[in-house]
Amino acid sequence: MTEIPLAYGLILGGILFALGLAGLLMRRNLLFILISIEIMLNGAGVAFVAAGSRWGQPDGQIMFLFILAAAAAEVSVGLALLLRFYRQHHTLDANRASEMRS
Amino acid sequence: MTMFLQSAFYVAAVIAIISTAMAITRTVAVHALLYLIVSLLAIGVVFYAMGAPLLAALEVIIYAGAIVVLFLFVVMMLNLGGEARQSERQWLSGKSWAGPIILSAILLAEVIYLIVRAQPAGGIGAMVGPREVGLALYGPYLIGVELASMLLLGAVVGASHLGRSAPGRTGAGT
Amino acid sequence: MLSLLWLIPAIPFASALALAVLRFPRKVVAWIAVSSIAASSLISLLVTFSFLHAPPAGNAYTEVLWTWMSVGDFRPEIAFYLDPLSLIMVVVIAFVSFLIHLYSTEFMAGDDGYSRFFAYMNLFVASMLTLLLANNLLLLYLGWEGVGLCSYLLIGFWYRDPENGLAGRKAFIVTRVGDTAMLIGLFLLFYDLGTLNIQELMQRAPQHWHVGAGAAVAAGLLLLGGAVGKSAQLPLQTWLPDAMAGPTPVSALIHAATMVTAGVYLIARTHVLYSLAPPAQFAVAVVGAATLLIAGFSALTQWDLKRVLAYSTISQIGYMFLALGVGAWPAAIFHFMTHAFFKALLFLAAGVVIQALHEEHNIFRMGGLRKELPVAFWTFLIAGCSLAGLPLITAGAFSKDWIVWGAASAANGSMGFWIVALIGILLTSLYTFRMIFLVFFGEMHSEVTKKPGMAMLIPCIVLAFLSIVGGYVKTPFAHFLETALPWNAAAAGAVHISEIGSETVAGLVFLLGLVLAYVLFLRSRSYTASLTDNVAGAALHRFWFSDWGMDWLYDRLLVRPYAWVARIDKGDLIDGFYSGIAKLNVLAWRVLALTESGRLRWYAAGIAAGSIIYIAVVLFL
Repeated sequence: MTEIPLAYGLILGGILFALGLAGLLMRRNLLFILISIEIMLNGAGVAFVAAGSRWGQPDGQIMFLFILAAAAAEVSVGLALLLRFYRQHHTLDANRASEMRS
Repeated sequence: MTMFLQSAFYVAAVIAIISTAMAITRTVAVHALLYLIVSLLAIGVVFYAMGAPLLAALEVIIYAGAIVVLFLFVVMMLNLGGEARQSERQWLSGKSWAGPIILSAILLAEVIYLIVRAQPAGGIGAMVGPREVGLALYGPYLIGVELASMLLLGAVVGASHLGRSAPGRTGAGT
Repeated sequence: MLSLLWLIPAIPFASALALAVLRFPRKVVAWIAVSSIAASSLISLLVTFSFLHAPPAGNAYTEVLWTWMSVGDFRPEIAFYLDPLSLIMVVVIAFVSFLIHLYSTEFMAGDDGYSRFFAYMNLFVASMLTLLLANNLLLLYLGWEGVGLCSYLLIGFWYRDPENGLAGRKAFIVTRVGDTAMLIGLFLLFYDLGTLNIQELMQRAPQHWHVGAGAAVAAGLLLLGGAVGKSAQLPLQTWLPDAMAGPTPVSALIHAATMVTAGVYLIARTHVLYSLAPPAQFAVAVVGAATLLIAGFSALTQWDLKRVLAYSTISQIGYMFLALGVGAWPAAIFHFMTHAFFKALLFLAAGVVIQALHEEHNIFRMGGLRKELPVAFWTFLIAGCSLAGLPLITAGAFSKDWIVWGAASAANGSMGFWIVALIGILLTSLYTFRMIFLVFFGEMHSEVTKKPGMAMLIPCIVLAFLSIVGGYVKTPFAHFLETALPWNAAAAGAVHISEIGSETVAGLVFLLGLVLAYVLFLRSRSYTASLTDNVAGAALHRFWFSDWGMDWLYDRLLVRPYAWVARIDKGDLIDGFYSGIAKLNVLAWRVLALTESGRLRWYAAGIAAGSIIYIAVVLFL
């Protein structure tokens, strides 16, 4: 059997990304929003790895490593902010964080 | 590429998609995280099938093993009770997911269209082992490594500062 | 020496600019303002000496500064023209302005807008001098508008009281009606004769138009319209009494001596035109005669000191218009000169009285001031006698009797005009001595709180002196003006009265007025009370008091319909267009404000939608 087409790998990444986006837009709880962001990052990473594998070069994987590092950093800071938010408003409702409305 | 790996790819892909879909629709945070872990493990298998064993390991170790655990810590710290579950169910009502699903579906359709139209040739599956990744990482991509370490340092400092429970200061400097 | 001519309007203009733009301490402001007018006055005297000593060719001197614009054949210049007529007027006006500025330094000393006042006054003098010296009607119109503007600014000088603003507005709008007529007249003149240069006009007009030509009559009547507005004659005289809301020096300068004589100057300047249009000239005389009567009756009933003087001004300018209309051109200018002296003095002395009594304007609340304010009393008396025409001593008598004689014996004179002029003398004498007796004689009704200082008294004394001796230059005056303004010799149809005879009758009428005033106002007030007690008397009093009902008439006839139309038209199509733009903006704002909800997921959705659209555009377009 021939190899898996590159398109499938990319499409998998796209589906994961879309699912993450849907979760981001759907959920009102800030925690779930953060989880959805992680899903999106993961999906983008899948696409990178697939592309790197097609050319047989490590660059795709390295890209994913950097995405991983960025995701880790973002998660830690994001969760710290989440804790702050919860301490101030005693809820995780994203709609409460709307003081920048016009 | 062996049949085994190919079928592993497809199966793992399907599992990943289903578990991700489940993860974003749970009302209890811990349930969602568990489904997320399943999804990440499946993605790890996908990576292995795509010939990236290092990444498969790292996905499990770091993503599922550190980041999701971080989420779990925070969930446990927040200790949201039963009323949180109530409000979650309320928030996840019917009309709140119609719009997002449509938007995501359209975006997905466009992306798939792009990919299919481009008709990329070639297939994934070439094994790129840890050795090559390591050589590339500490070769041409050395500066990226250093920057990533600085980023992580910044994240550590920021998180420790933000997460500190300040005595007497209520909401100052948000 | 003649080449210094351009400095006469330029110096006040420069000082006005300096006072308007820069800030100076009060003393410096006073110095700058007064010295600029003094400089103008001095230069005008130097120019006079030069003119008399070595008259230029044709007894006229033109100084061209630069060409204003050049459009096809139309090339008006900024140029000044000096002939006996403009020379006399410039000298008189510069000198009187100087005296009034000197007076104002003390009169306005307690006021906040000191610098602003003098800036406006200097600008006014500059505009008036430009008007007088202009060699073409366009530059004259510039000066015309300039004095109108300054009049508005100065009438409404104490702008914090809305009444003053209204008075200023009324003055501006009423004179605007006249200005528009004048502008149309200028268009007509240019269209038919191809130039606005005054001397060229005076040459071309007899060539193009025969006597009585329709275009000439039309132009004459239109220019008369402008003159009527500026000089407060019938039917546009309603603004002058209300203009007394301004400070007294303003009334003295603008509304007695200078601006209101601009109309007289205009008609005198374009006298060739009026000679070509007898109906227009007759209209001038009729306007003058009617005005002097109406204003005279109105002056009899006023209780505000300044308003009496305002109506008196209207009446005296009516005399000047009468003189112009019957062809006695030099008499009009002579009366302008003497009137400038005694009317400015009357206003200045009235200002002394008003300030001394702490802003009391009502003559029935004054009285017995001749011991307390001696200088004011004597100068006011001298000016009043000059106004009424005390024979032989006062200047006013000479000029007014000249006009009265001319009303009978000049080219268009007639018995009717002569009688009207005599009635005018009676009225003038009556209201003048009414004023004097009520203010300075009898018992005191108000206390004197402030005595005037030197800066206010010296101009009064100087003007009083001129009001006496000014008349003695009558004969050399007439000779001097001969080249510019000939006296139309008596033609058939005029009444032949000897000058002495006319003057005697005038003197007798003056005495009659004086005696009547004494009986009615000094002896006992019971006669006047009985006159106004019955219904007819009271109605007549009210009628004369309200300027023969003209304010009421104009309000009903013109103001209200116009306001009504404006109110109805408020939301019309064009207005809707502009407010529609504003409403559209507000609507767009509201819509866009909705997108700034501050909600995170909303913004994320925006990003997603945007990327979808962008990709779609790239893909499919």
